[in-house]
Amino acid sequence: MWWQQHLAKPLRRLHQRQCALTSKAVRVHQLHSTSTGFTDRCYDDLYPGHIHTTPIQKALLAVGSGVAALQNPYRHDMVAVLGETTGHLALINLRDRMRNDPEGYTVLTERPRIRLSTLDLSKMASLPDGSFGREYLRFLEDNHVTPDSRADVKFVDNEELAYVMQRYREVHDLLHTLLGMPTNMLGEVAVKWFEAAQTGLPMCALGAVLGPLRLNARRLQSLFTSLGPWALQNGRRSRCILSIFYERRWEQSVEDLRQELNIAPPPITLSATNKESTINNPGITGQMTFDCGQTRNI
Amino acid sequence: MAASMRLLVRRAIRLSNRNIQVTAAARAPGRSGCCWGPSSCRCLSDAAEDRSTHFGFETVPETEKAKRVYKVFENVAQKYDVMNDAMSLGIHRVWKDMLLHAMHPQPGVRLLDVAGGTGDISFRFLEYVRSQQERQKRRAARSMQTPSWQDISNNYSKEDEDGPLESRAVVCDINKEMLKVGKQKADSMGISAGLSWVVGDAEELPFDDDQFDIYTIAFGIRNVTHIDQALQEALRVLKPGGRFMCLEFSKVTNPVLARLYDAYSFQMIPVLGEVIAGDWKSYQYLVESIRKFPNQEEFKGMIEDAGFYCVQYQNLTGGVVALHSGFKL
Repeated sequence: MWWQQHLAKPLRRLHQRQCALTSKAVRVHQLHSTSTGFTDRCYDDLYPGHIHTTPIQKALLAVGSGVAALQNPYRHDMVAVLGETTGHLALINLRDRMRNDPEGYTVLTERPRIRLSTLDLSKMASLPDGSFGREYLRFLEDNHVTPDSRADVKFVDNEELAYVMQRYREVHDLLHTLLGMPTNMLGEVAVKWFEAAQTGLPMCALGAVLGPLRLNARRLQSLFTSLGPWALQNGRRSRCILSIFYERRWEQSVEDLRQELNIAPPPITLSATNKESTINNPGITGQMTFDCGQTRNI
Repeated sequence: MAASMRLLVRRAIRLSNRNIQVTAAARAPGRSGCCWGPSSCRCLSDAAEDRSTHFGFETVPETEKAKRVYKVFENVAQKYDVMNDAMSLGIHRVWKDMLLHAMHPQPGVRLLDVAGGTGDISFRFLEYVRSQQERQKRRAARSMQTPSWQDISNNYSKEDEDGPLESRAVVCDINKEMLKVGKQKADSMGISAGLSWVVGDAEELPFDDDQFDIYTIAFGIRNVTHIDQALQEALRVLKPGGRFMCLEFSKVTNPVLARLYDAYSFQMIPVLGEVIAGDWKSYQYLVESIRKFPNQEEFKGMIEDAGFYCVQYQNLTGGVVALHSGFKL
């Protein structure tokens, strides 16, 4: 019919326009619904905060962050980057050890995070002295540190390994409590030696080697004669510290936990107020203290 | 006949229903149903409100791009100059000097430095004009070595009227952090005369028409959401005879150099950003936004479309940077 001929064309045009509209609307809709939208780059791929890097970029990052961390020890983000870019094999090793341990396997599947928001501080404060939770809280207060200052993992290209790295960072403070080491230079070096022996992370090894360079003679002596060998021995023989579900063991006593992990008590008691030597060397806050996410006022 | 008519009407209704659904999906504000015909055009304009643009290689709604660009420069402001030196190995200073050389400003000229941020162009401008003024004074002094009595009496009468020609530079930037850093730099360098700092959007400049002799925008125009609007604003605030000058990253012509440049951009620059400034993503945005910017010829066309005359460009460092220039006549 004549009206068919007259109306068919505009109808077809309208249909085309409407198709274009639909596709545009669909695209916009998808943009609004997904946070990253269509990207040619693969950011935020495997976990929130993940940045995809090529091997060349990882190598450059490792070198650059190493130099930056050595130049300015307060750049704890650079130490974090160094750890992530160099620690691939060690992380795989750690992850396998966790998998082989039943409690470690639970940690890997449940993925607990240690943050102030997840800790019940009042309950922990009410625990008896000598219990793990109470001692951990005391450690946080005495050394003025907080578990929330850990940088997020960015450059590890495996979601599970990224969690292992994050757990390692968050467990660091708990390790201080377990080993009875404060966050001054000597305590940090001792913990670094323990971690290097335990985890095999190159960043720990580097810290373990460079840390003692900033200690004075008396502390070096105590490090090499008693603290150091103790840390290395226990690091090697203890159970994997990442495999413990610390969040469920606040009530357990520290001694009990140490025995379970096969860690001998420290040969020397260092106190958090033991800072006399560090005052003589103002630059000694050095590489180690940032690990606790705090720059100490010395 | 009635049957085919009914078929047509039904088809029309179906199409109009789909239009309504599409409008709803596109979240057009407050449009109750629309029947096909004139309102289909309205539906199209609703889609335009949700138009998207590029943010690096990402696609974002236009309204969001400005916010994200603001965040990027807020984050990098403190380390901006250090990063420029590190990324370009100091060559950015040469580019900016070449811009000033092409500009060749004379004393008494008013400059508007848009996206001027940390003030590099404005400082160079004031320095150039100052040295030009000194050269002029020296020339005048040399020519006045043996004055006649007539010249001396003329000088005495001229002294009151002719002060040194005041050149003024206005640094305009949308980002307050960048301006803050620029101000600190100016204070530390002791430059204050003839310099003002204004917060403003390149797409909507807070100045009257026909105000400036020279308008520059160095490494800023690729961050603007609507480049054509920025160009029109440039035309508006320039005096007739005024010059528009734009320094911007562009397409490298040589294929070998292009490969090297790409490799360097994508491998090295984000790493430098992470190590020096602690910000990978901002510098990833930077290298991506360079790739998204139109090439030399296209940008020249855009400048001509805005209404500038005698538009020409000059490639620096093999096309890594292009200097575009146009006049308002």
